[in-house]
Amino acid sequence: MSAPSAVPLLTVSGVRKSFGATKALKGVDLTLSRGEVLALIGENGAGKSTLMKVLSGAHAADAGEMKLEGAPYLPTGPLHARGLGVCMIYQELALAPHLSVMENILLGIEPTRGPFMNWRETRAIARRALDEVGLTTLDPATPVGDISIAEQQLVEIARAVAVGCKVLVLDEPTSSLTQKDVQALFALVRRLKSKGVAVVYISHALEEIEALCDRFTVMRDGETVGHGVVGRVPVNQIIALMVGRNVEDLYPRSVRTPSTPILELRALAGRKFPRAAGLTLRRGEVVGIAGLIGSGRTETLRALFGLDPVAGGEIRIHGNLTPPAGPGARWRQGVGLVSEDRKTEGLAQNLSIAENLTLSKLEGLGPWRFVRPSRQNAAAAPWIKAFPIKCQGGEQAVEALSGGNQQKVAIARLLHHDCDVLLLDEPTRGIDVGSKAQIYAWIDKLALGDPAAGKAPKAVLVVSSYLPELMGICDRIAVMTRGVLGEARPVAAWTEHSLMLAATGQDQRA
Amino acid sequence: MSQPVPATTDTTAPVAATGVKKSSRVVAMLGRLAALAAVYAFFAILTPASKGFMSDANTQLMLQDIAVVAMAAIGMTIIIIAGGIDLSAGSSIALSMITTAYVLNLGPEGQKLVLAHPVALPLLAIAAAIAVSTLIGFINGAMVTWLRIVPFIITLGTMQMARGFAKLVANEQNIYPPAEVQDLWISRLLDPSKTVFTWPFLPTAVWLVIVAAVLTALFLRYTRLGRHIFALGSNEKTAILCGVPVPRTKILVYMIGGLFSGLAGILFFARLGSIGQPTEAIGYELFVIAAAVIGGASLLGGRGTILGTMIGALIITILRNGGVKMGWPQYTQEIVMGLVIIVAVTIDNLRQRGRS
Repeated sequence: MSAPSAVPLLTVSGVRKSFGATKALKGVDLTLSRGEVLALIGENGAGKSTLMKVLSGAHAADAGEMKLEGAPYLPTGPLHARGLGVCMIYQELALAPHLSVMENILLGIEPTRGPFMNWRETRAIARRALDEVGLTTLDPATPVGDISIAEQQLVEIARAVAVGCKVLVLDEPTSSLTQKDVQALFALVRRLKSKGVAVVYISHALEEIEALCDRFTVMRDGETVGHGVVGRVPVNQIIALMVGRNVEDLYPRSVRTPSTPILELRALAGRKFPRAAGLTLRRGEVVGIAGLIGSGRTETLRALFGLDPVAGGEIRIHGNLTPPAGPGARWRQGVGLVSEDRKTEGLAQNLSIAENLTLSKLEGLGPWRFVRPSRQNAAAAPWIKAFPIKCQGGEQAVEALSGGNQQKVAIARLLHHDCDVLLLDEPTRGIDVGSKAQIYAWIDKLALGDPAAGKAPKAVLVVSSYLPELMGICDRIAVMTRGVLGEARPVAAWTEHSLMLAATGQDQRA
Repeated sequence: MSQPVPATTDTTAPVAATGVKKSSRVVAMLGRLAALAAVYAFFAILTPASKGFMSDANTQLMLQDIAVVAMAAIGMTIIIIAGGIDLSAGSSIALSMITTAYVLNLGPEGQKLVLAHPVALPLLAIAAAIAVSTLIGFINGAMVTWLRIVPFIITLGTMQMARGFAKLVANEQNIYPPAEVQDLWISRLLDPSKTVFTWPFLPTAVWLVIVAAVLTALFLRYTRLGRHIFALGSNEKTAILCGVPVPRTKILVYMIGGLFSGLAGILFFARLGSIGQPTEAIGYELFVIAAAVIGGASLLGGRGTILGTMIGALIITILRNGGVKMGWPQYTQEIVMGLVIIVAVTIDNLRQRGRS
């Protein structure tokens, strides 16, 4: 499909890039016009990040051609690309936390007077850029470490604005933002668009793309496999393009019959959050906790699991009152947790899949206190196959896997441990649709159990900021508001709208 | 396996591709061995024959030095794999050496206890030396764990303290146990009269190092604690999440590190001709750390092998010895040593990056 009538601002055609034997990009074509928002969609591993790195000059393309405003575009590095007006905002923000906002905005292009910093100029440029991104009340001298993640992201965009960027690439910009901040970001993107900036918006969230983008380009296995105008192509078709097959039902939910309570919380309180969390979780059900980021959802799971201190309340597991205990004790009680942050907490990145998968339960993998690596691999193999985890084998380092496959390793750890209670904190954040579907299918399978194979149903507690997911996979949902967990009601009693109202404390029933 | 296996289990595990990684590890180790051979060949060829780099006497001398560095490096490798560092190793070696000398020198002049108890007292000396250095390790581990201060700083502190204690115990002088001690087995651990061509081929201490290295390598790979140490070093938060008893593991790691420094100190005592010198082994921790790092251990934790470290210890020792034999001035030796460390780690890093 060709670009709209306007002269294309940026064209990429036939770009290829290999790393050794790995073909990361096998032919990418896209066009971008002034004042449009192009969605770049694709599963993890589809080559989006490599494409970004080629665009930013971090990698040189092996073949193909890029043109900016009709002239050959050959960036030698990120700073050069920025100078030419092509700016990247990565998912992991690239700010120096100890430096001030204005120093960050002008990092590498500091205005100077002779050998000295020109602070007045620095402040003025930063001020203008901050105003433009809507941070009108932020003092440019504030250290970046002192402002919120959402503000930091805006500072990064301000950095792009300050150099008069023409092409802005946003990589999964909403993955760590609250709903309110997402709206503010969207408003900003629209404002930039109206000023003629072209935006490449990389995201997994199709509803965000529908809300914000004009056109979309789908990448799969290093190639662009489809283009289209947002709104004219059905979502199912876009997903099919991404995964290369049809995803029938993203949210399987079998008919489950919850039985005995297995986890009961009464007025559980942490040092700050939660203030009062009460909940009964039964075998054979999936319960969701919705709420705003920072409302105490993660803290509830962490206090329960012994990662954060417990200040009060009761925890009953299998009906027995249990004092606050560390993660080791919880694992032994059959409770497992998947961290919301698989990179820095969930997984030991440079260890192997098998090592990560079996870490909580090395018992039984050798005589006495011994562990046989071959048994570790053998223990991991069935899960790698059943999930399935796309890898070269159990000995491969986790860091080499895509986000989705890493997440599957983190969840498979609970399956290896044979936990009865699965605490899943943001289990599908930032992963591709295909992996999401597999994880949802597993959650369903675990909650259902398999009497034929002698496997009792498990109990699953899911914390998620993604409401369609909670609505899709849960039997009941409770909403956390400022540290207080509301009543868990059947999913049919909620709508996304009522969940949002409850989360922001406007639900009269709560 | 005790846990149920998913319905679609298939016992044919997908291990086909894992050979790739294994072979790349073998290649890395072969690379280190090649470097070792190259360093040895370099000095063997370039050192004037009259200097006797290849002579039996010099080989024995090198073996003695290797035993000390390698013994301490085993402990350091464990600590580095666990994501820590131990700058107090050199001072711990000195304190252990002084403790050994001090115990062997107990008793009034002319009636030294060691003369009456030629077996018991050396054993007591060894026990005391190991106890003291393990205690330093415990202090390191406990402070790192409970004060939550980075190990670099804690062990920088204990490095000074252990050195101070060594001087205190020695009363700021060398300790000379009775001359008879030099004929006792403890002093013969590094007996230079054992040549490479007659049984038992190597000094006792070198055999001890080999046994310790093999046991430690097996321990790291095949025990729960060993796997926990790797997990702790790779990502402490993940280790906590997975129920690894992190405080206990950390303290144990530093204690094991201290234990090996203590053993190295005992060997150092024998190496110096049964003398306790409180100002010896200064800066030794750097050789020990360098041995581990040349051997592929990552200061970020989670990576390292005992075999690699042993090769690293050999390279370091041969470099030091060869430099002397070549008649290089001290500064040349230092510059070369620095360059070799940087080049070795750079090659290792490039190889790592190339693979991922």
